[in-house]
Amino acid sequence: MGNEEAVFFSRLLTEMTLSFHIIYATIGVGVPLMIMLAQYVGIKKNDEHYILLARRWARGFVITVAVGVVTGTAIGLQLSLLWPNFMELAGQVIALPLFLEAFAFFFEAIFLGIYLYTWDRFENQKKHLLLLVPVAFGAAMSAVFITMVNAFMNAPQGFDMVDGELVNISPLLAMFNPAMPTKVAHVVSTALMTSAFVLASIGAFRLLKGSNHIYHKKAVYLMVKVGLVFSIATAIIGDFSGKYLAEYQPEKLAAAEWHFETSEAAPLILYGILDGEEVKYAIKIPFALSILAHNDPNAEVIGLDQFPEDEIPPLYIHYFFNIMITIGMFMVMLSAFYVVAKWRKWKFANSRFILWLIVAGGPLSMIAIQAGWWMTEVGRQPWILYQIMTVEQGATSSGSVDIMVVAFAILYLILGIGSVVVLRRMFRNNPVEKELDKLDQERLEGDTK
Amino acid sequence: MTLEIIGITVLWFFLFGYVIVGSIDFGAGFFNAYSLLTNRQHILTNIIQRYLSPVWEVTNVFLVFFFVGIIGFFPKTAFYYGTTLLVPASIAIILLAIRGSYYAFETYGSRGHKGYSFMYGAAGILIPASLSVVLTISEGGFIDMVDGQPVLDYSRLFLSPLTWSIVVLAIAATLYISAVFLTWYASKAEDAGATKLLRKYALIWALPTMITATGIIVELRAHNPEHYANILDVWWAFLISGLLFFGTVYLLWTKRNYGWAFLLLVGQFFIAFFAYGWSHRPYLLYPYLTIYDGFTNETMAIALIIAFIAGLCLLLPSLYLLLRLFLFNKDYVAGKKEDNHA
Repeated sequence: MGNEEAVFFSRLLTEMTLSFHIIYATIGVGVPLMIMLAQYVGIKKNDEHYILLARRWARGFVITVAVGVVTGTAIGLQLSLLWPNFMELAGQVIALPLFLEAFAFFFEAIFLGIYLYTWDRFENQKKHLLLLVPVAFGAAMSAVFITMVNAFMNAPQGFDMVDGELVNISPLLAMFNPAMPTKVAHVVSTALMTSAFVLASIGAFRLLKGSNHIYHKKAVYLMVKVGLVFSIATAIIGDFSGKYLAEYQPEKLAAAEWHFETSEAAPLILYGILDGEEVKYAIKIPFALSILAHNDPNAEVIGLDQFPEDEIPPLYIHYFFNIMITIGMFMVMLSAFYVVAKWRKWKFANSRFILWLIVAGGPLSMIAIQAGWWMTEVGRQPWILYQIMTVEQGATSSGSVDIMVVAFAILYLILGIGSVVVLRRMFRNNPVEKELDKLDQERLEGDTK
Repeated sequence: MTLEIIGITVLWFFLFGYVIVGSIDFGAGFFNAYSLLTNRQHILTNIIQRYLSPVWEVTNVFLVFFFVGIIGFFPKTAFYYGTTLLVPASIAIILLAIRGSYYAFETYGSRGHKGYSFMYGAAGILIPASLSVVLTISEGGFIDMVDGQPVLDYSRLFLSPLTWSIVVLAIAATLYISAVFLTWYASKAEDAGATKLLRKYALIWALPTMITATGIIVELRAHNPEHYANILDVWWAFLISGLLFFGTVYLLWTKRNYGWAFLLLVGQFFIAFFAYGWSHRPYLLYPYLTIYDGFTNETMAIALIIAFIAGLCLLLPSLYLLLRLFLFNKDYVAGKKEDNHA
């Protein structure tokens, strides 16, 4: 296998692992906060439905955490296995956040174990709620630290290259690079948004499939509300991300927007297909790109003509960009509508049509996460370390990457199917009605004793 | 003490932590699966589940910590080990993935599912074997430099008796460590049946552990004379380790003080592990990479050590809490408190 093939298969394997891991990681970052929220609301309103909600979410969460942990271990090792030259260089500058991520993960793991196994130990539910704080905090912090590493790859700083040697290294400067604020904020808020919509989607699905229990209605309403907050936050941070790109990585923005010629008062191109260098069937919104990039309708936006041919990322990232933005906007509108409709007590809010849209919301948000990551990652091609090291230079020289791609593909298939089967069985065999009946029974027995 | 030595000591500690908690974990999975096959699961499953369930995630972190840390302190290891270990490490990752997720599927999803239990038991016992290949490779002689890139010679690796001795040691030690720990745990739970069976397993696996460990030292004489000479320099450490081993076996044999038996075992492995590491110095990969030429820049090393100390301040109390709630809580261990998870 030549170097070119090793690079291709390394990219394929990394993409496969990350795309699979991100599904579970997103849930892993977002869901603990939702559990915490449900537990809190339950205590505050003295409503056992919310407590049960927290408990049932936690039960499903364990399965997703397990797959998230093992695939996270996989990508952690694969970084060194597939990109040894990159890690050798980056290890000297960016090891600190990687190290801290392991600490955050450690912290989360300890308290998740305690939380799961102490359901019946505390008389006071508030104490139990406190255990969730380190879980949610650890989960969010590991996302923060690992995103810092990714941000560094997009905006490396904190060192000087002198004749191929690294000098003047500053780990903190490397962590707090210009790409960090928007990236970290975007990752955390989309994870929270997606987790909320995934949980709303489950509740809505149960409502559609016969269960008319108030429990599911509470779950859906609570999660759509949370989803609305974080989808608005996501949209705002997304706008900042656009401005960041215009300033620091203009070729990524230009490729995503099919902005070929540097120009003032640039229009935003939505949808469309690319035929050679000609854009067809697109919707053009005048001035919008200039506003997105610089908050000024007449500002100049750098186009792809400013970059050498071999430094331009693939133009298909435009499609990913559109998928992400469209879904994001749709979710803002859907959740805003639902919240208003519920508040004004419109009957239409509970119609099957709206519920089906909410069911779709979970998977759609997950697709938006994937599309967003593909856009940002493919959008920095050909660099693995922006303007310092190309992907070719970072890759392994090993000749067996292709076999490993197959092996891991099978593994992810098994894990994917396995987790879905187990989760389905878990909740199907123990519907909420059954569990509530059981709780009532126990209380009755307790009273008569 | 130089920063290099601090760095490698910190990492060696974490690796040792992984060896102990990982062994308990993997061995327990194996005994659980084995008891299913031999229809003895009613004796063992409860004890094993009660210990493993709250800690399975923590075990994994020790490993993550080690490999993240070694890239941080010794970035050049990414170049040498990363390039050559693609296949062996990928196999280990796949086994870890199967084990971790099937464990969760079985424990939280479908309790008592034979297929899942068998999968995580079998995968678990292969993990120490696949990870131990790294120790073999670090002894040198299996990697050639071709056009400036390290290449692993698989045929030499698979035909070497050293490889197989280390693999056998890894498996035997896993089962031995796990059985001794679980004997203690079962006796604390006052579960006579489980204690009896686990004590038997512990005694069975004691001998192969000791024989292979001794055999490896002899094999190193031919394979890596320099390392062998260094080992002889710290012969007294291995002697103490051996004495502790006999202490453990004696206590198990006479059926008393299982808590002390386990402590002696930890001491035995601790001393042997550090004596081995000490004698391996200064090589990370013989003869290409030493801890001195592979070390990261000073700024990063200091940052990592500060982060490490800060992290420990957070971790140690949390770990203590975890142990107090589950390992040293008599009611929980004995199953008197309901161990209903979420």
